[in-house]
Amino acid sequence: MAKTREEIDEIRVAKRKELELRTNKNAPTTEKHILVCRGTGCTSSKSPKIIEELRRIIEEKNIPNVRVIQTGCFGLCSKGPIVIVRPEDTFYSHVKIEDCEEIVDAVAAGTKVERLLCKDVDGKTVESLDELNFYKKQKRIALQNCGVIDPENIEEYIAFDGYKALEKVLFSMSQDDVISEIEKSGLRGRGGGGFPTATKWKFVKAAQGDIKYVVCNADEGDPGAFMDRSILEGDPNGVIESMAIAGYAVGASHGVIYVRAEYPIAVHRLRIAIKQAEEYGLLGNNIFGTDFSFDIEIRLGAGAFVCGEETALLESTEGRRGQPRGKPPFPANVGLFQKPTLINNVETYANVSKIILNGSDWFASIGTEKSKGTKVFALGGNVVNVGLVEVPMGTTLREIVFDIGGGIPNGREFKAAQTGGPSGGCIPAEHLDIPVDYDTLLSIGSMMGSGGLIVMDNTKCMVDIAKFYLDFTVSESCGKCNPCRIGTKRMHEILTRICEGKGTPEDIPKLEKLAKQIKASSVCGLGQTAPNPVLSTMNFFKDEYLEHCTEHKCRAGACKAMANIQIDPEKCKGCGLCKRNCPVNAITGEVKQPHHIDPNICIKCGTCADKCPFHAISK
Amino acid sequence: MNCGDEKIQEETRKILENYPQEKDRLIGILNDVQEKFGYVPREAQNEISKYLGISLAEIYGVITFYSRFTTEPKGKYNISVCLGTACFVKGSQAIYDRVKERLNIEPGKATPDGLFSFCDVRCVGACGLAPVFMVNDEVYGNATVKKLDEVLDKIIAEEKK
Repeated sequence: MAKTREEIDEIRVAKRKELELRTNKNAPTTEKHILVCRGTGCTSSKSPKIIEELRRIIEEKNIPNVRVIQTGCFGLCSKGPIVIVRPEDTFYSHVKIEDCEEIVDAVAAGTKVERLLCKDVDGKTVESLDELNFYKKQKRIALQNCGVIDPENIEEYIAFDGYKALEKVLFSMSQDDVISEIEKSGLRGRGGGGFPTATKWKFVKAAQGDIKYVVCNADEGDPGAFMDRSILEGDPNGVIESMAIAGYAVGASHGVIYVRAEYPIAVHRLRIAIKQAEEYGLLGNNIFGTDFSFDIEIRLGAGAFVCGEETALLESTEGRRGQPRGKPPFPANVGLFQKPTLINNVETYANVSKIILNGSDWFASIGTEKSKGTKVFALGGNVVNVGLVEVPMGTTLREIVFDIGGGIPNGREFKAAQTGGPSGGCIPAEHLDIPVDYDTLLSIGSMMGSGGLIVMDNTKCMVDIAKFYLDFTVSESCGKCNPCRIGTKRMHEILTRICEGKGTPEDIPKLEKLAKQIKASSVCGLGQTAPNPVLSTMNFFKDEYLEHCTEHKCRAGACKAMANIQIDPEKCKGCGLCKRNCPVNAITGEVKQPHHIDPNICIKCGTCADKCPFHAISK
Repeated sequence: MNCGDEKIQEETRKILENYPQEKDRLIGILNDVQEKFGYVPREAQNEISKYLGISLAEIYGVITFYSRFTTEPKGKYNISVCLGTACFVKGSQAIYDRVKERLNIEPGKATPDGLFSFCDVRCVGACGLAPVFMVNDEVYGNATVKKLDEVLDKIIAEEKK
């Protein structure tokens, strides 16, 4: 049954009081909430079973005033599964099913399970979440509700000012007011390109058409990036509310969320959120009793990177192969089913309702001159704190990798950070102090991209990494235009040759020429940016390319064909770790004596070198 | 799910009942069929073709375009190795190579006895556990070649019993 404005407000006030303990350590309550992450990361390490077990024990022991809540991602995925007890904010990491009883007992007794408390990078035990260095430099706007609310309960979203922004625009703002507010905020598209959001909105509002669509691009295809997924898993209503606001601003009454079928949890929660919003009258006809109507439908993608490109996405939504359309006409005029269409990315929408509520001045006060607000990154690779981070634009790469990320594990050195996925580039150590914003990243041959940020240590070969990305592009090229379809394949062949130790010095200029031609002549963004990983690594790590081609040597030891795995008898302490981890038993040696690798058995997998605590094994 | 042609037709028709006869529903239908059978059988394609009025050739074009759709049944144990960037920089290529070597099949194919199939996936979303591989829906994190071998050996030993 649809609710009136007053009823929604009553829910907000009552629920907010009940949930005060989620954000306020000193909340006056006798209740305790045990929050368990149910994002994809922690779910993979069995957090659903932990929830079940906690609930079972609480019921069995008949403990009053303790509730177990599933939430979205807390961010610190490498410490998962994570359990947080509120209001005191006790942070437990790597929780196992066997630990549940002890946690429940401690919560009931008002104590803590010392051995499960999270340890920071410096080894210090932290009592509560805000003491962790990981969180200190972060600012959560898009992720504000992630890890705070139960994403499958719309009332929890409403409690934290949910649907208040939609109410505000419907009752006190004109369409132009909304667009002007977004314009003043300086919000730019978070999907990668950084196009000013309000400009897109203006185009769609100005377009003529009886039907218009608002589309949410949730086809996050960058391998190793999970920002949009985490937002949808942790706070689906935030995106839904913002889509409705966008619908009001541009004059559309239909919304479509195009989301990857590979994100089952996100899809499930979106379905629940849409259904609940309809039940509460926050989607559907005459929202809050006004003339404004808006509905949302989910369309599933099926695993094609190119569908993140907006016109390919439209083709796919219409049930065809996801091949990009020629532009112009732009989707703002001729989009989904030939109607004017607004397409924004998940994270862009996640910011909209907050801008409306808190004002454009507030948003514009965060970030740099041309890049306002925050950006969510999926921090991964060779970094201690793998996870989801949200930082103000302009935060330096060094702060992200070392202060938030905790630096490089295993005593290794930072070599490069990769942003922008298969469309971006590698940033070397000399640029660690650049501010991370749209324009600075472009100026050094990378790009913001959707937010994948992969850190690499000095055991990574930059030619091999470039080949990895090309391998991806070759398999994901849609085949529509020749430069991308054939050109990336030829580039991949050259890179393969180089990595196999068969490269020649002529390969380098050949590769560069081809890269520039593909960039200049491809139809869509995929092809135009596909050579970036090669060009940026060639720019910053030319020596490595030269070494591969002239000396047939891979200094990182990553290119197997050129690898010569050896144990340095001087450094080897005979601990036996390599021997135990060798999958083919190629390593022999007595305890405390230098070990030896039999090259005839060795499959050059490199596990031994990765495992050796004394860096005694070279590749 | 292995079943006869008639059963496939029947199950496909049940899926089709949930969709209006509109061509733009093709990918949604294919996702449901893939989910149901683990692949998109030819008989299902025929049913969809009749229902939506789209030629088989066009449906085949769509199936082969998207990596989630396959036209061959999976093995009883489908091993998927994550080759997302986060896993790749932590050494998932070695795991991928090892699966290929041990099972002696190409990605997307099943072993002749139908026990195993394998494929690469681009990010399963467990980057905090990288590198990871999956056996059906079970995720194995912080994987090594050795761990993979142990998992495979265990499955093989259990199946021999």
